[in-house]
Amino acid sequence: MKRAAVPAFALSVLYGCAWHQQSALNPGGPQAAKIDTLWWSFFWLLGVIFIIVMTVLLLTLTGRRANMEREALEVTHKASPQTESQTRRIVTGATIITILILFVLIVASVGTGKAIADLGFKKNPLTIQVTGNQWWWEIQYINGDASQTLVTANEMHIPVGRPVQILGQSQDVIHSFWVPNLHGKRDLIPSRTTNEWIEADQPGAYRGQCAEFCGLQHAHMALWVIAEPEDRFDAWMRAQLQPAASPSTQETIRGQQVFLNNACVFCHQIRGTTAGGQNAPDLTHFGSRRGIAANTVPNTKGNLAGWIVDPQSMKPGNHMATIAVNSTDLQPLVDYLESLK
Amino acid sequence: MTATQDFTPQIPNQAEEVEQLHRSWRHPRGVLGWLSYTTHQAIGTRYIITAFIMLLTGGAEALLMRTQLARPNNGFLSPDRYNEIFTTHGTTMMFLFAVPMMEGMAIYLVPLMCGTRNVAFPRLNAFGYWMFLFGVLFLYWGVFTNAAPDVGWFAYPPLSGPQFTPGKRTDYWAQMITFTEVSALCVATEIIATIFKMRAPGMSLNRMPLYVWSLLIQSFMVIFAMPAVVIASSYLLSDRTVATQFVNPAEGGDPILYQHVFWFFGHPEVYIIFIPALGFVSAIVVAHARREIFGYTAMVLAQIANGFIAFGLWVHHMFATGLPQIGEAYFTASSMMIAITSGVQIFCWLATLWTGRPRLTTALHFIYGFLVIFVVGGLTGVVLASVPLDWQVHDTYFVVAHFHYVLIGGALFPLFGAFYHWFPKITGRMMDEKIGRLNFWVLFIGFNLTFFPMHIQGLMGMPRRVYTYPAEMGWGPLNFIETIGAYIIGIGGILFIANVVSSHRSGRIAGNNPWDADSLEWATASPPENYNFEYLPVATSRYPLWVDRSERAFVTGLRNDRREALVTTLMDAEPHHRYVFPASSIWPFITAIAVTIGFAGSVFNPWYIVWGSVLSGLALVGWFWPRGDSEAES
Amino acid sequence: MRIAASAIIITLLGLTGCQREKRDIRPSPADLAIYGDAAKESTLRPGGPVTPQPVVNNPYNASSYDISEGQRLFNWYNCSGCHANGGGGIGPPLIKKEWTYGGEPANIFDTIVKGRPNGMPSWGGRIPAYQIWQIVAYVRSMNGEQPTSATPTRADTIQTNPQNLVNRVSGQTK
Repeated sequence: MKRAAVPAFALSVLYGCAWHQQSALNPGGPQAAKIDTLWWSFFWLLGVIFIIVMTVLLLTLTGRRANMEREALEVTHKASPQTESQTRRIVTGATIITILILFVLIVASVGTGKAIADLGFKKNPLTIQVTGNQWWWEIQYINGDASQTLVTANEMHIPVGRPVQILGQSQDVIHSFWVPNLHGKRDLIPSRTTNEWIEADQPGAYRGQCAEFCGLQHAHMALWVIAEPEDRFDAWMRAQLQPAASPSTQETIRGQQVFLNNACVFCHQIRGTTAGGQNAPDLTHFGSRRGIAANTVPNTKGNLAGWIVDPQSMKPGNHMATIAVNSTDLQPLVDYLESLK
Repeated sequence: MTATQDFTPQIPNQAEEVEQLHRSWRHPRGVLGWLSYTTHQAIGTRYIITAFIMLLTGGAEALLMRTQLARPNNGFLSPDRYNEIFTTHGTTMMFLFAVPMMEGMAIYLVPLMCGTRNVAFPRLNAFGYWMFLFGVLFLYWGVFTNAAPDVGWFAYPPLSGPQFTPGKRTDYWAQMITFTEVSALCVATEIIATIFKMRAPGMSLNRMPLYVWSLLIQSFMVIFAMPAVVIASSYLLSDRTVATQFVNPAEGGDPILYQHVFWFFGHPEVYIIFIPALGFVSAIVVAHARREIFGYTAMVLAQIANGFIAFGLWVHHMFATGLPQIGEAYFTASSMMIAITSGVQIFCWLATLWTGRPRLTTALHFIYGFLVIFVVGGLTGVVLASVPLDWQVHDTYFVVAHFHYVLIGGALFPLFGAFYHWFPKITGRMMDEKIGRLNFWVLFIGFNLTFFPMHIQGLMGMPRRVYTYPAEMGWGPLNFIETIGAYIIGIGGILFIANVVSSHRSGRIAGNNPWDADSLEWATASPPENYNFEYLPVATSRYPLWVDRSERAFVTGLRNDRREALVTTLMDAEPHHRYVFPASSIWPFITAIAVTIGFAGSVFNPWYIVWGSVLSGLALVGWFWPRGDSEAES
Repeated sequence: MRIAASAIIITLLGLTGCQREKRDIRPSPADLAIYGDAAKESTLRPGGPVTPQPVVNNPYNASSYDISEGQRLFNWYNCSGCHANGGGGIGPPLIKKEWTYGGEPANIFDTIVKGRPNGMPSWGGRIPAYQIWQIVAYVRSMNGEQPTSATPTRADTIQTNPQNLVNRVSGQTK
């Protein structure tokens, strides 16, 4: 498997890909690292077993061990008692070895599970509530102080080296929170709260994606987890807690008016304005995010304009209303939204 | 070559008795007659052909999906269409191909292998087939009227509930389950009764062929597993059609309960499909390695253990929902235990092949292919049993790779082996070995090209059930390779069909026992007459056709002017009494139509359950109406 | 042969289900229009003379997908704030026989677009026509004026916070 894996990975790299940003085998934190170690120990052990079994399989085609006699099976259809007892010893031995290996694997697996569970209970954790929606993520930083509670969407920033508790919830159907570089999956189930601890030990951008089939746009429900040093995280948090910047140019002032006079406000919130919809991602600092439409496409002015004009061609079936925006209104609207850094 | 001789004894008025047998087992004529067949060969063949058409349909759906996924951001299929197709693919393959195909083979082979004339309840058997066929037509009626289910073959609520999946799509799916359930339970009942009570005299339990053992275990699993899925689909269907709240989280219903009930069926379902396939492997290995199976007792015990353990590991489909640690440890251990029992069987086959004289026929090619692929699938199954690893690979393409390795490798390759092995028995002609080998290699290469890269893809983070993926994720090249592989598998399928068609027309005449095989189905003509055996055979050994001809025995004294067979005791198969099979009857068909009216209509209006029950009751009156003593009623 | 023939017959029968299962994900440009206050003036008046009206059909009539979209929008746009789940509250009930401003699809469409005295706001100029039609389809379904095969039997009204559920349940037992 490894031998086949290496060229495949190489091939992917040649294509200039982001595979390492959403890979279970490129851990960015202790939880994923433990799973990665467990994977490779399973891989090598099971790989050896595979090779042994395949060798025996080939031997059945080519011939027997030298000291086994060859019976004239055509008549009796029976191997001699000597061959039978010899074979029985081998098969019994193989069965016992199988049981022992599985025992080792169970111990390794349960041990890893316990070690991962123990990683959670450290001091000074950050608590983030992730709510799955068809088809985007609401990210809420829980804080005892209501003024410090931040709500954002589709992009999560976490400080490096600090454990983060993910409280998973769902607004509609079952989704699954999965950022492979940091940890395995945890389902987000309506009317329940699930719990997972993640931690990043090196700065970086890790991509995650919904892993439980959740309807038409299950394929386009991604999120970024940005792990950054504590001071940069604090700066980000301070900036995000601010209400949206007031538009400063004529163009963006007009853009804000377009936004507030259209159906946008029924679903989206921009703190600091009268737009207070709760059905769709909070756009207070939209311009600072990496992607549009739960990271279906990168956040550029062109993509944004395309998204507003015809959301159903980019992400068919999503819940964003298709609104006929005047061509003269579109540019100001895009400029305004992109100015919300 | 003593073994090619059959059990036909030389007794005085033989010709006359055979003529009588012929008359009493003759099929009725005409269309109505065709609908009234109750012989196991006819019903088994119908199952096999219908299920094979479903295999082709499911395969075509797979090709559509692979075409869509061949490159990133492809627009070949809309997300709606893609979701319908992947759901229909899974549903078709699991419910309408794999299980019915295994059942069809069993219906055909078990009475022959047990040395009797029909399955225990021939009319129930016919009824089961019609229910299966109407289930197929019901689901595909939905598919062709844009009401194909689109919530996955597992249909988790709330996504599958009335609010998030409007329309009738999920109702079609849930009710199709009911059809196949009824059919599967019919088959399981009659297979168990046939195996327990109708084996040839002398075929005590410890002389039963391993294939028959596997069917016995599978049938018991069906009886214990299917009620769970009936409960799951009934939760869903009544939530959707009569506004119950079983799985509505807002009203205290529990979507996780649905998952538990579904997987309590769903996991054994996999074994229901693949345990009969293990039976094929044993039968083919014995016949083509030309020696008795190594470790018969160990094999039987391992299969029984498989059947039990299969019910204790369903939670490994739900590790990502969050479990207490002790539960995780338990289900990890139970999931890994299945590797022990499977391992024992693989070791025994390897030992049989190693100490035997394998004849490299096409059938044996498929068994070798099975061993390679299934071992990979078994090992990745061990990976999935580990909770931490499952958190990463669950619901990714790694899992897609795994279960195609165990299901195609574990069930489809042995099934193709079985087709090549038993085709001469069923049609009387040999399949072409040259095309057969080409067929094998094309399938083997295509399969690995399609599914091996999926392991890597899953570890690289590609989730399942996505209709497309962004180019920058780097999954494009592997997906493209897989699509090519899928088309190669398609070519393999065409080769197989070509081989069947040409061999059926002009293949070499097979004779009774072309493989010099050991079990009783080879003791009669190919294809067998409706009554299977002119004189019921007696099993004097575990390998009745490999004992010396002078030691063979047969049953005489049964009446031939009606459909009569011998009932034997459960353990030692000592003759107990004579049993008269019911004659052909149109009533199973009529009853199936009545039940179908109830099932299909209830999707649109719950009152149809009442009308359907009344109609079915009337049909059953016709079914059980006494017709004098020349016919016993079943 | 037999199977093929019955398949064809069954397919023809089943074509009746096509409207029900259609998922018109991308609204046609015509349905994107946003009507201003007077854009779609109707001559229907309460108590006034009945003049023949050109029949305006709801393009989403009998489509289960659009009825369920209408149900979602009914909550998202907070129609439920006044009309509850059709039973009425601040606003009048929507499950009824006698409609003050007419109960035909076109009437309900007009009511939503223009607003009505005593509190019904005008949604014209805010939300696109296709969404109004979806809401109309849903409102009509409340009165059983959509085929039952296209209407969900119940809603998944979700309490995301399990604590709410616990409170509610314990509150009932007190």
